[in-house]
Order: sequence, then structure tokens, then C-alpha cells
Amino acid sequence: MLQDIQILNEKETRGGFGEGILEVGRKNKNVVALTADLAGSLKLNAFIKEFPDRFIQCGIAEANMIGVAAGLTIGGKIPYTTTFANFSTSRVYDQIRQSVAYSGKNVKICASHAGLTLGEDGATHQVLEDIGMMKMLPGMTVIVPCDFNQTKAATMAIADYEGPVYLRFGRPKCANFTAENAHFEIGKAQLLAEGTDISIFACGHMVWHAVEAAKILAEKGISVELINIHTIKPLDEAAIIKSITKTGCIVTAEEHQINGGLGDSIANVASRYCAVPHEYVAVMDTFGESGTPNQLMQKYGLTKENIVAAAQKALLRKAK
Amino acid sequence: MCTELEEKAKLVRQQILEMTISAQHGHIGGSLSCVEILLTLYYKIMREQDKFILSKGHAVQALYAVLASKGIIPVKELKTFCQKGSRLEGHPINSVSGVEVNTGSLGNGLGIGAGWALASKMDNIDRKIYVLMGDGECYEGAIWEAAMFAAHHKLDNLVAIIDRNKQCVLDYTEDINKLNPLADKWRAFGWHVSEVYDGHNLTALQHALKISYLKDKPRVIIANTIKGKGVSFMEGKIKWHAGVPDAEEIKIARKELWI
Repeated sequence: MLQDIQILNEKETRGGFGEGILEVGRKNKNVVALTADLAGSLKLNAFIKEFPDRFIQCGIAEANMIGVAAGLTIGGKIPYTTTFANFSTSRVYDQIRQSVAYSGKNVKICASHAGLTLGEDGATHQVLEDIGMMKMLPGMTVIVPCDFNQTKAATMAIADYEGPVYLRFGRPKCANFTAENAHFEIGKAQLLAEGTDISIFACGHMVWHAVEAAKILAEKGISVELINIHTIKPLDEAAIIKSITKTGCIVTAEEHQINGGLGDSIANVASRYCAVPHEYVAVMDTFGESGTPNQLMQKYGLTKENIVAAAQKALLRKAK
Repeated sequence: MCTELEEKAKLVRQQILEMTISAQHGHIGGSLSCVEILLTLYYKIMREQDKFILSKGHAVQALYAVLASKGIIPVKELKTFCQKGSRLEGHPINSVSGVEVNTGSLGNGLGIGAGWALASKMDNIDRKIYVLMGDGECYEGAIWEAAMFAAHHKLDNLVAIIDRNKQCVLDYTEDINKLNPLADKWRAFGWHVSEVYDGHNLTALQHALKISYLKDKPRVIIANTIKGKGVSFMEGKIKWHAGVPDAEEIKIARKELWI
């Protein structure tokens, strides 16, 4: 039930990653952590303290970090590479394509500070194209958890999955609202609220904004089906088709470019099976800039108000 | 009198040529330059547990021929090189036995080798990783990232070999961007460096690759070779990075390689 979704606390998703890798490291001795000079930002300190021999500092040399990780997998390790999302993807796309995805290596590419909410460092560091880049790679699993608890659960779950994974999370504190220690199933959409008028699909930080938007829409008498697409690839097509067949219109919400992200993945399914009106809440083909996370989310149209407005527009189109 | 390995080198060169002819495609020059390096590794140096990465993936014809000579892939499969449906792709892929990682985008093999070598050390496995790179490949920044990393982690179980044929696709390395002094660069990065002045001399290669008394340092062997080695009109000539010989050239090449 929508009204039952409440904030437990405010925490950084990257903190969930730090706790997750520590816990999975205790369970699986093959888990090793690599970083390109950003161990602190990725909250690896506890892992490094407990498993100093399973931590590999690569320095600011991301291409080599991906190569070393690919090599470690041949030796039976489960390497988690860590750096900011832009240095995890665009900077090393060739190494990921050739040595990880095409070679089918069990590398976990863990990417923090994704999107606009990186904030003050500006557009050089705010990658908004990474979901698109990574989902295009054959064999790559792409996961964008929505909060601290889910990031922790996803971080642990990917160790048990054999194959390359891109795990995307963020920098700032944000609403932590999913259940602690909930089972994380890769590729399974999370139905947060059932509804009949409109389907809202969101990922990452935008899921909480979508929860708040759905509550506002509920007050206006609109019944929202809210689905957290924490796994962009493989996509839970059955859940998407089921929902949009019922509601007949879509809003997608993501902290990513309008091109190539979650919205396009949903549109792909809809266009092949059951095309319906679809509105995007995303960054409209532009780079970001410096500012606080909240300032930037407002300026670039990634708020609950934007989701409400998009929903109203989609509903009008459906009514025509 | 040819030694057994010299005979194998002849056969491998013949097969490289025939693969280029049947596929009407390939990278003949850089495959012919590394024949003795590969044969030395596979017949004289690598133990059962040791592993090889062909970082200069375009020399895959030489690798396929050597794998065939070792019985790792069937000889008759060589004629399927680059054909639709064949696993013998234009660059190595790991659906072929003896290939662990897909290479061909230059600069990536050394880092992978470093990771594999590090994993072996973490688990106390006695294993050496051999990585063959092109000299032109040493323009790639990722090579030097890996070089720094391997020296820092004291990966004395990692051995790099550079096929120093001094040519790239359409020019000579020293005219593109000077690589020399190449040995000094590797030394400065903390590697133990050996140079082989004739990278087609099997005895010299074996001698350089057998050095094993060094602890705590990765090793690189710079083998001076000739691109297109074995075919007179290809040797050292720019045209033969990825050239395909015409009917007249095939006659000459076959004559020379079958002597």
C-alpha cells in the first residue's frame, strides 16, 4: 500500500554499498575490492580494515583497474571495481566492452556518485549517460537500487550471480524506505503500490520522489501503480506489460539523460507489445552543472512535482 | 639442417599465408613477426600451469597455427579462419581452447595479465602469465598503467614480450612517435628488461625467456623482429600489416615459404 511506504531514515546509497561489500566479503572469500583512489568515497574503509589482503589499490588508472579485474576473474576471484560512475563507464568503455562484457568475465563494476546528485563538482563528474552505455553491452546486467537498504542487498546479491554487472548508486543522503535485509532478486521489478490509472516506473533516487508524487496524485483521486525498476537489464518485461495493459499510460522517472535510460527501456517494451501514452521525467539532452543536489534536481526537472505534472499530461493523452 | 622447432616455424608461416589467402583477409605481417616468440613460449618455456595472453590480438593467425601444432585446435580448422560460423575469428575469442580473454583492442592484455598474475599470488599458485604485445601497442596508455601496477605489486610471475617489429599500420614506429629508448622506459617503470637482438633466433629467445632468478620484479623481453618475416617482398614493408597477396605474390610467397 502506498500510504505504508514511509522513510526509515536518511542514508547514502553508497553507504549501503560499503556495508554490503563488507558483509558479502565475510561470506565469500573470493570477493575482492579494487579502487581507483576513491576508497573513502565508496565507503570501503571497513572492508579494507577487515580484509587488507583482499583490497587492491589501483591508483588513478581506471583502464588498468578494469583489466586487472578481468584478470582476477580468470584466477577465480569476484572483483568489485569502485570509482565514480563516469570513471566507471565512459572512461573505460573499451576495457569493459572487450575484456569484461565480450569476454564474459565476472566483474562487478560498482559506480557511485552517479547523476546530478553528485552536485558541486559539476558536469565533468555528473555522468547521465551511463545506464545507456552499459545496457547496450550484450551480457551486461544493469542494476540501479533505490535506497541504502536496497543498495546493500544488491551489493550482496551480485556476488552470487555469475557474470558482468554494473551497479549504480549515488552520493547524497536520501530517503531509506525499503525493508532492511529484504531479499534482492536481480531482474525482478519491485511493485511498490498497485493502481489502475497510470503506471509510474522509476529507478535509483527517483523512486522516492515517485513515491511522494504517487501520494500527491492519490489525493487528487488518481490511482498510481508504482514500480521500482531496480534492474534495468535484464528487464522484467512481464511485469511492465502487465502493468501498462491495465493502466494504459506511463511515466518514467530517472536521474539520467532522456536518451538511452530507463524510459527508453520501458518504451521499447511498450512499443513492441502495447504502446500507450508515455511521459519522461529525465534530463533533457543536456549536461549538468555545479550546485547542491536539490538545486540541480529542481533545475533539471527531477522532482516529485515534475512527476505529478508528467502523470497529468500522460493521463490527458490517454483520455483523448 | 633444420631443428624441429625451425621446421615448425616454417609450417606455421605456411599456414599463416594460407589463412590469409583463404580468408582474403588477415594480419599477415605482424603474425609472421612473432612466430618464433610463440613457438619458444609454447614448446620451450610454458609449463602446464602457465598461461598466455595475445594482447596484440591481430597476430591471431600465428596463435591459431601454434595452437594447431600443439593439438589444442584441429589443423583442418585453420582453413575456416574468418569464415562465417567459424570460431576462428579475426581476433582471438575465448570460445577457442587456449584463449581466456578476447583481445584485439590494443593495450588491454597486460592489465588482464597483471590481474591474473595477482590472483595467482593471492592463492599461492605457482603460475606464470605470459603476455605478447606489439611495439605499436606500447603507445596505448593502458599499457603503462599496467606496467606501473605490475611493478608496484612485484608481479615476478608476469612476463611481457614485445614483438618489436618497428612498424604500425602505415608507418614506422620511430617516424610516428618515437618509442625509443623503449628498454629504458620499461626499466624506469620498475621492470627487469632483456633485449633479444634477433627475435627470430630461437636459441636467443629461449635464453632470454628462461631467466628466472629475478624476484619481485615483472619481466619484459623486447624481441627485435621483422614484420612480414619469411616472405622477401613483405619483410619490413609497410604494405603488409593487413595486406592480401595477389596471384603473382602468392606464387613467390609459397615458393619462399616451402623451401
